[in-house]
Amino acid sequence: MSMVLITEADFHAYVDGVLPEARCVEVEAYLAARPQEAERVQAYRQQNEALHRLFDPVLDEPVPERLQAPPPVRRSLFQPRYAAVVAWIVLGGVIGWQLGSMKQAGPAGNAAFARRAAIAHVVYSPEVRHPVEVGADQETHLVNWLSKRLGAQLKVPHLGNLGYTLVGGRLLPGDNGPVAQFMYQDAKGLRLTLYVRANEKGARETAFRFAQENNIGVFYWIDGRLGYALSAETDKAELLRVATAVYRQLNP
Amino acid sequence: MEKLGTQVIPHIPRLRRYARALTGERAAADDLVQDTLERACNKFHLWRRGSDLRAWLFTIMHNVFINQVRGRAVIPTVPLNDEIMELPAHSAHVDRLEIRDLDAALARLPDEQREVLLLVALEQLSYEETAKALGIPIGTVMSRLSRARERLRCIMAGLPEVTTLKVVK
Repeated sequence: MSMVLITEADFHAYVDGVLPEARCVEVEAYLAARPQEAERVQAYRQQNEALHRLFDPVLDEPVPERLQAPPPVRRSLFQPRYAAVVAWIVLGGVIGWQLGSMKQAGPAGNAAFARRAAIAHVVYSPEVRHPVEVGADQETHLVNWLSKRLGAQLKVPHLGNLGYTLVGGRLLPGDNGPVAQFMYQDAKGLRLTLYVRANEKGARETAFRFAQENNIGVFYWIDGRLGYALSAETDKAELLRVATAVYRQLNP
Repeated sequence: MEKLGTQVIPHIPRLRRYARALTGERAAADDLVQDTLERACNKFHLWRRGSDLRAWLFTIMHNVFINQVRGRAVIPTVPLNDEIMELPAHSAHVDRLEIRDLDAALARLPDEQREVLLLVALEQLSYEETAKALGIPIGTVMSRLSRARERLRCIMAGLPEVTTLKVVK
């Protein structure tokens, strides 16, 4: 029998495979003479194996999208998706600053709403390939879908006689829930967006409010359950013409 | 700074594995990973280039986990997890039952023992790395490891849990 001192730490290092080989031999010799201890060490070893069997499959699971979100995956700012995020932030800042005067123009909530509408306009209207989620060819589906998500019956105005055709629409996150964006375009490719949110009960109707900074103009108003913001890179007169038409169609 | 993502990505699956074993629940585990990644991102300047990023990430996860545990009024129960039950069976049915027992048994270990056991046995960190990651002396690592393994063995074998261990010298 070995006279070598074997400690508890040796057992663990043995189980974890970090014991030098010479020491392993000594531990094995020690355990060979002590079946109870050998059984205990064997059980520890099986624990290691069982832990791997139980949890190793996690390694092969696809990593959820949320764990690949911008913070950890800041690979390069030049990748398109990060560029888009940066664009959002920059545009948000620029427009927030540009439209800052709107805060004084009306209730703070409405100004924030107009600012969001303007940001959404600036982000999506230049899109060439994916300006909308659902195209105008599926107009019924688009309206039903967005109505369902907003929890209010929407109507999509037709602006053909003003020279604007519907491109389609998309669902966006607003301050208090889903928001709908409809996009229109004229023959020259100028785009208008109509941003619609469902208001909380008791929202008061407002008159048209207008803000224009640089090239982006926004008309916004509240009409019963719904709030609207119409944005475009055009002058006030043209935007008012369209906004009036929109308002009339929604309130026949 | 922009290098963080590239460097962290290869570690995410293992962070998830550890978090899953630690929390026993898929959603809670991914929350833990997410919080860890966010904190790592914010504190990336504190990471010493060239040092072991993985150990550093485990340190952060440990801190996040401890804060979460402290923030909880009640000790969480561990639900029988559907995902775990649907894992591919590696061997016989009996073995799967044992595996689920292991999951439940793990949950019965004190957090500090479970952390040490999982970092050593599952994540295969060295004892020194484990001590560093958890901010405890290596002697504490060894004693917690010893207690965790023995307690787990007793739970799995249906033996009364011993509180003191014979130190073989």
